[in-house]
Amino acid sequence: MTETQLTLSRRQALKGASAFALTLVAAGFLAPGAHADAAAVDAAIKKLVKGTPEEGKIKMDLPQIAENGNTVPVAFEVESPMSKDDYVKTVHLFAEGNPSPEVASFYFTPQSGMARASTRMRMAGTQNVVVVAEMSNGKVYMAKQQVKVTIGGCGG
Amino acid sequence: MLSRREFFHLAAAAAALPATALNFRSAMAKQKIMQQDLLQFDTKGQVTLVHFTDMHAQLVPIYFREPTVNLGVGEVKGLPPHITGKDFLGKYGIGPDTPQAYALTDQDFTALAKTYGKVGGVDRMATLIKAIRAERPDNTLVLDGGDTWQGSYTSLKSSGADMVAVQNALGLDAMTAHWEFTYGTDRVKELQEMLEFPFLCSNVRDTEWEEDVFEAISYFERGGIKVAVIGQAFPYTPIANPRYMMPNWSFGINEDNMKKRVADAQAAGADLIVLLSHNGFDVDRKLASRVDGIDVILTGHTHDALPAPVKVNNTLLIASGSHGKFVSRLDLQVDGKKVKDYSFRLIPVFSDVIEPDKEMTALVDKIRKPHEAEISRELGHTEDLLYRRGNFNGTFDDVICQALLQERDAEIAMSPGFRWGASLLPGQAITVDDVHHHTSITYPNVYRNEMTGEFLKVILEDVADNLFNTDPYYQQGGDMVRVGGMSYTIDINQKIGSRISNMTSLKDGKPIDPAKNYVVAGWASVNEGTEGPAAYDLVAQYIEREKVVKVPDNDTVKVIGA
Repeated sequence: MTETQLTLSRRQALKGASAFALTLVAAGFLAPGAHADAAAVDAAIKKLVKGTPEEGKIKMDLPQIAENGNTVPVAFEVESPMSKDDYVKTVHLFAEGNPSPEVASFYFTPQSGMARASTRMRMAGTQNVVVVAEMSNGKVYMAKQQVKVTIGGCGG
Repeated sequence: MLSRREFFHLAAAAAALPATALNFRSAMAKQKIMQQDLLQFDTKGQVTLVHFTDMHAQLVPIYFREPTVNLGVGEVKGLPPHITGKDFLGKYGIGPDTPQAYALTDQDFTALAKTYGKVGGVDRMATLIKAIRAERPDNTLVLDGGDTWQGSYTSLKSSGADMVAVQNALGLDAMTAHWEFTYGTDRVKELQEMLEFPFLCSNVRDTEWEEDVFEAISYFERGGIKVAVIGQAFPYTPIANPRYMMPNWSFGINEDNMKKRVADAQAAGADLIVLLSHNGFDVDRKLASRVDGIDVILTGHTHDALPAPVKVNNTLLIASGSHGKFVSRLDLQVDGKKVKDYSFRLIPVFSDVIEPDKEMTALVDKIRKPHEAEISRELGHTEDLLYRRGNFNGTFDDVICQALLQERDAEIAMSPGFRWGASLLPGQAITVDDVHHHTSITYPNVYRNEMTGEFLKVILEDVADNLFNTDPYYQQGGDMVRVGGMSYTIDINQKIGSRISNMTSLKDGKPIDPAKNYVVAGWASVNEGTEGPAAYDLVAQYIEREKVVKVPDNDTVKVIGA
């Protein structure tokens, strides 16, 4: 990927033919009426990932308060040289309020150039969003942020 | 400054003088303080920033009482702006009964209002701004922090056009926004085209294309210095106000975006970086602690008036009040892209002592004249002091809640904790203009719905968390929703879901039953399609019927942890 591609706007990217796609595997299973919690997320992390997650390396970009719970933008970037010997293999996205805690997994290779992705999530209520990154050297990193879904009104 | 005792000596002397055409109160105020005193300043450096914010379309002088209760939680407990009354006076070394005490606190408000008179008036602001510009023609930037287009009868009727005319006449250099957006995206774009200066919002993006909707930064050369002004609109506009009015625009605090804007300004060679913000004071205080490189944040939204800057790392935070009551002046000495020295003054706009700017008076008259018969129409009188500011209640809100209960035959009333709205002294007439100062919005419908006791608690908890979340980034500003027909206890230091207790119906003294339905009247719903009469019409009708408004002491909210 070149420097020019990095600075393309979404409009330009879609208009042009240079859009590239990341492999995205949606892993949510609908279970109406039920939702996960912090313990379910912990269990899901243990199931998917070997090792104890450490803090750091991950930058999350999502609103503190959702403008629209039906489509909350969620993005992350994991700090890594993305070289042959040291790269981000997988990033898992979890939500404590989702029917199933696993929302998506993103797979990267050194050729990805950077471990960055963005998506949108539906959130029925206030909850923590958790990002877990597995590195090629076996290390695991984790970051967490609360997204509030409010009734709205009354400001200012 | 003179003490009240000295002032009365002077007033007595003034009274002994031959009668003049001036009214007596104006004569007293002029003895106390002169326009020249207000403009006196320790001029410094290359750049003069003039800031006002949250004017809420107040064109003519008003009374405005600062809050008695303005609590801070967590790390900001007891820090400015979360100090009021006597504590405020002590903190800033202001004597009681002084003009400063009158301008900055609630203390002895009615008596001091009679002494020192009204505040604000855009023709008075114009006089101050022109005088500063005349002194510093090549150094001055005049910046408006937003919430300018909303809050009056004429701004509502002209959909903000009256205020754009006023802003252009003031010769502003830039503005940012919040309530402006409640005219809807198309109208905002239309008005923005009419502005003769930039409308800066670094944090408003088109959700379809992820592009900036407005200019983010403007650059100005002042006193040989390159000044970057970054605008930050109110981050929670589509949440605190109806999202359907701006469905394709996304806001947010977005720290990373701010870091990028600061880097852009640095790369463009800016010597001084100013953030013209509508974040709210606590949000800006946190932002300043986490984003480096901003020299000055001109704060807004939370309507705080502070007589001295608050310094966070290398950033100066300025809070210039609201309603045209204050104009701030900040002079900056910049050397090697750093602020080396500054002087600051929060100038109270004492209407009786500032000579109105003739051109601006003419423009205000032109705006108001076609509506004069309606806006000056007297609906009734008030026996008590009416005001809005305060975390939990205000007397004008008590009147609104009574109107909602009575006119919509409801058990419980809910009125939003807006921080805008002028004050009225005991004995004053209440006009249509005055009612609009508290209700003039583009989504004014008063609904009448059934809600369960459980849902009422959810609402109170939700709003309380907007106000008392210990992380400022989760705060939306505004005050607690005002409630009529119900009392409750709030422990501000708890978490969401545990702050509210003892909800009791005032009708029968019984606890609110979570499973029972209650008839609730409220206004300013953010939901599209809300039906019912406009709040300004309903409140006007109520006051007309009552003729005399009395507000008993309100002890319906018990506060724990203040």
